[in-house]
Amino acid sequence: MQIRQKRLTRSAGGDFIIFVVLFLGGAFSALPLVFAISNAFKPLNELFLFPPQFFVRNPTFDNFRDLFVLMGESWVPISRYLFNTVFITVAGTGGHVLMASMAAYVLAKHRFPGRDLFFAMVVLSLMFAYQVTAIPNYLTMSALGWLDTYAAIIVPAWSSSLGLFLMKQFMEQINDSLLEAARIDGASEFHIFWRIVMPNVKPAWLTLIILSFQSLWNETGGRFIYSEELKTLPYALNQIIQGGVARAGVGAAVGVIMMIVPIVVFVFNQSKVVQTMGAAGINK
Amino acid sequence: MSMLAKAPRPQPRFRLRLATKWEEIKDNKISYVFLAPYGIFFILFTVLPVLIAIGLSFTHYNMLQSPKWVGWQNYLRLFLADDVFLIAVKNTFIFAVITGPLSYLLCLFFAWMINELHPKVRAVLTLLFYAPSISGNLYLMWTILFSPDSYGYVNGFLLYWGIIDSPIQFLTDPRWMMPLVIVVVLWMSLGTSFLVFIAGLQGIDQTMYEAGAVDGVKNRIQELYYITLPSMRPQLMFGAIMSITQSFAAAGQIIPLVGFPSTDYAAHTVVAHLLDYGNIRFEMGYASAIAVVLFITMVAAQRIVQRVLSKLGD
Repeated sequence: MQIRQKRLTRSAGGDFIIFVVLFLGGAFSALPLVFAISNAFKPLNELFLFPPQFFVRNPTFDNFRDLFVLMGESWVPISRYLFNTVFITVAGTGGHVLMASMAAYVLAKHRFPGRDLFFAMVVLSLMFAYQVTAIPNYLTMSALGWLDTYAAIIVPAWSSSLGLFLMKQFMEQINDSLLEAARIDGASEFHIFWRIVMPNVKPAWLTLIILSFQSLWNETGGRFIYSEELKTLPYALNQIIQGGVARAGVGAAVGVIMMIVPIVVFVFNQSKVVQTMGAAGINK
Repeated sequence: MSMLAKAPRPQPRFRLRLATKWEEIKDNKISYVFLAPYGIFFILFTVLPVLIAIGLSFTHYNMLQSPKWVGWQNYLRLFLADDVFLIAVKNTFIFAVITGPLSYLLCLFFAWMINELHPKVRAVLTLLFYAPSISGNLYLMWTILFSPDSYGYVNGFLLYWGIIDSPIQFLTDPRWMMPLVIVVVLWMSLGTSFLVFIAGLQGIDQTMYEAGAVDGVKNRIQELYYITLPSMRPQLMFGAIMSITQSFAAAGQIIPLVGFPSTDYAAHTVVAHLLDYGNIRFEMGYASAIAVVLFITMVAAQRIVQRVLSKLGD
């Protein structure tokens, strides 16, 4: 453990306590993740040992192989579930980043009637759980005829409020004189948005991509999608796990596959995400 | 008539103000063009649903017949005749009061502790603490760890070491349910707030600490209280919003852990009650009343916490 700079206010005892707490917290945080990875590589006999073994002793790819066999047997080809998840994730994320950025730009840099009211509603929407709007949203989807279509998942994802909030707060940091200079040169607002603002907020739109990706990647379609050929990968994988006790190993393999993707995406963009979050304060 | 004629007539001024407002809106046409795509969907899927829920909460509606106005009846039934709802309110309250502040403090303290580490070590620990919140369904691994037979890892070890002689029904025994659910929810609670706090800590001007040391700040705790927390108040306010919302929404993760309904409703929450009436019984009016109560409770909790935090360090 390396402390960046020694300060007068630091004691060795304090360092030690922090080290112990971080170690225990880290172990607690990692436990189920390590356990899932370990289980995914356990042969069947090790999964049901008594006394139980936490770590795998004879690692095997059997569970992953079984998973692919089970996938091959599924009624709708697994590639279709994968396509559905990728399509929903890409369309939902792309639309969200574009629309939220456009709205964030005017909320951050323009003055117009209704602006503060609109942003206050966005902040208010961060304050309640999504379950509050679940029933009316179902009725809305039904009225629009969007039940059992991709739109029921994709379109609401476009208007996620956390993304807009983060983007707007980040855009406030852009220097106004940059935009004024472009306006004097006769640039249109679309030009300013696309050529000046967007390149300057790269960390923020990477963050929006990641947040939107994380929620859509795990989307099961829930109450909106009924047709088997429109269901998503997490749904299909959950079905495989529900095959009972004998699928315990396959279940762990599924968990690991679904977990790896968002974590890898986050790892490559961690510093950008943290940079964006830095702007995400609320001043009262 | 003459009295009416003497009264000031607000109409022309009002119309004038309306006209200038309209001019202002026309001048800013381009702003609305930018706002429109997001704004339309936001209003359709976030603002309107809240209003619809409020409207439906005063009706009887089963999705087959058109809604029938019943006044306050749903609310009266909720608070006077629905024992399960009162259990749900009690559980939600216990759950929110424990997990809300605890998850908030965990986010803050872990962010604070890793702040001074070498950037590479910090990045690894950030990932380690943040990973559970983005690992999808992986929290269901806890059901294997706490499985109620001897293959459950916790039971297996306890049996093997002779601490217990029969497996504990961790996720179905009302005595164990709530504590375990709280542990699991805390495990996955280091999410957005945690990242916001890390960023907030990174953004504090380092010279303030040097000045503080000269002014007599003696240890980390004083430094945290007098310099660090007041400097990152905007992030603390935002983190609080995320933590409170999360502690109420977490009921979505409780249901797969303890089943639905949980034994004796020991882990039944307002959100679970809402799902029961909305998704299973299709009593949409009644479910909307539950949603409205949830909405008002959450927003009130947020307002109170924001007020407390805004006084921090003053």
